[in-house]
Amino acid sequence: MDALVPQRLVLPEVATQVRKLDIEFSRYGLDRYGISREHVALFFSLLGWFYRHYFKISVHGIEHVPDRGRTMLVGNHSGGFAVDGAMILTSLILDKHPPRLGFGMAEKFLGRWPVFAPWLSRVGQLTGLPEHAEQFLRDDRALMVFPEGARGTAKLYWQRYDLVRFGTGFMRLAMQTGTPIVPVAFIGGGEILPTIYNAKTLGRLVGAPYVPVTPYLLAIPRPRTCHIHYGEVMRFEGDGTEPDEVIERNVDEVKARIEVLIEEGRQVRRVRRFGRKSRPEGEAR
Amino acid sequence: MKVLVTGIAGGLGRMVAERLILEGHSVLGIDVRPWPAPPDGVEVFRADIRKRPAEDVFRTRRPDAVIHMGTVTHFSAGLERRYRINLGGTRAVFDRCARFGVKHAIFIGRHTYYGAAPDTPLYHTEADPPLAVSTFPELADMVAADLYAGTALWRHPEMSTAVLRMCYTLGSAGYGTLAQYIKGSYVPTILGFDPLYQFMHEKDAVTAIAAALDAKLRGVFNVAGPDPVPLSLLIRVTDRVNVPLPEPLFPLMTGRFGLPDLPAGAVKHLKHPVVVDDSAFRSATGFTHAWDEAQTMDDYRWG
Repeated sequence: MDALVPQRLVLPEVATQVRKLDIEFSRYGLDRYGISREHVALFFSLLGWFYRHYFKISVHGIEHVPDRGRTMLVGNHSGGFAVDGAMILTSLILDKHPPRLGFGMAEKFLGRWPVFAPWLSRVGQLTGLPEHAEQFLRDDRALMVFPEGARGTAKLYWQRYDLVRFGTGFMRLAMQTGTPIVPVAFIGGGEILPTIYNAKTLGRLVGAPYVPVTPYLLAIPRPRTCHIHYGEVMRFEGDGTEPDEVIERNVDEVKARIEVLIEEGRQVRRVRRFGRKSRPEGEAR
Repeated sequence: MKVLVTGIAGGLGRMVAERLILEGHSVLGIDVRPWPAPPDGVEVFRADIRKRPAEDVFRTRRPDAVIHMGTVTHFSAGLERRYRINLGGTRAVFDRCARFGVKHAIFIGRHTYYGAAPDTPLYHTEADPPLAVSTFPELADMVAADLYAGTALWRHPEMSTAVLRMCYTLGSAGYGTLAQYIKGSYVPTILGFDPLYQFMHEKDAVTAIAAALDAKLRGVFNVAGPDPVPLSLLIRVTDRVNVPLPEPLFPLMTGRFGLPDLPAGAVKHLKHPVVVDDSAFRSATGFTHAWDEAQTMDDYRWG
């Protein structure tokens, strides 16, 4: 595949990290899902620029992400489209040692888009199907899920830190496959892309559920400092066949942990921004 | 064992016959096409599998096992012929198997059964539904034949029936649907799409069929070889020129300018992957592939 990837765009830092990935690549630099080492390196080099220079991401608690074995990262979603997901994936490559390739669950409509569809699947972001999630976990890979789904990215600016309904599929799958869950909070997604309206008709025209509209009209992410907070690993006993009440209780536990992480994260950011003295803890936001 | 192979004069059919002889079986074959000089031990009857002369082969020779690979695709047959051969033929073969005491029947199907769509998973298991019916209408007859063959499992429980959904084959002989598609120097693809293609070396395909026979396999199984590769890589490694066409132009361009003629349904299969999980077949038969994807492509290119 290398011939097709402009190697000069690949950052040396990313190239080194990608070489350390715990994934078996064939002589063509492909794994069994068609993920290409060269495309992964280019993808994260491009995202790396946004990560380091445009958004200025700061990461906390990444040591909670296991170095190997099946892992499920569960996070809050916001910000029009999945900038948060892209930055979480980038943190796993740039700031985690050894690095891990996170597998997101791409929205189904992306599979219909030319160029995007093959490109996303070359970098490990396959269509978000339960079958794919299960295959990745059984292959001991790191899966990233946003149980809020498109409901999450569709949050408007003033709702940006509210969590909407969590799906329960992720919990059943985690229990069924014995996968530890790492809760993740992404702080700043709603500020990167302050959505004031979701244009559903426009969305239908391009084959997406909606197109986010901002005060400056275009859905261009603004450069804002963002924080990613990883929480301690959570494990749930069971085989995933439990009745809904049990599953929902577990889901609520994860949701509550993410809420705590969001709170802590906003606290940290406030301190970083304004200094501890000007805004003492406990002051109304 | 006395093994009857339908469609024996086809590329894969001849190779299967040769392998079975090597393994000490005696081989009978039925085909409407000629095989002028078959190797010793292979007896070929030129007949239509749906007609009386073919039935006579069952009646007089009493094969122990039947490998039914006498099916055709859109590359070589129109709609009416496909339905006649794939559906009528499969029905006739299984009826005769049951009537004349065949102990083991193997249907050679295709992995494209599962169909290609943006929202289907990689690595289909045998339980997945046959989406090809809607995504690729030109495959509907093969899907129906596959499902029909599977009904022999409950209609004729005394007979071991195996349905093999085999991925594309590739190799120096250059037979098969995929080989047909990339035969010319210019291979049309859909601009902006690059699906994974799963193929196995034709010799491995023969090994897999022989393994199914040895194991007296019963049930429905996906059969595949090495890991799939993107279509663009397949085209490049086999030294072809990739001609990405905008999707609206595709039906106008194919079949002209030296590009292969492809039915409209093929477009979905050039945009999205069909990849199957073959772990059940491997654990039931002990099959392992001998040719990896690089060797297979090389053999197709240079062989």
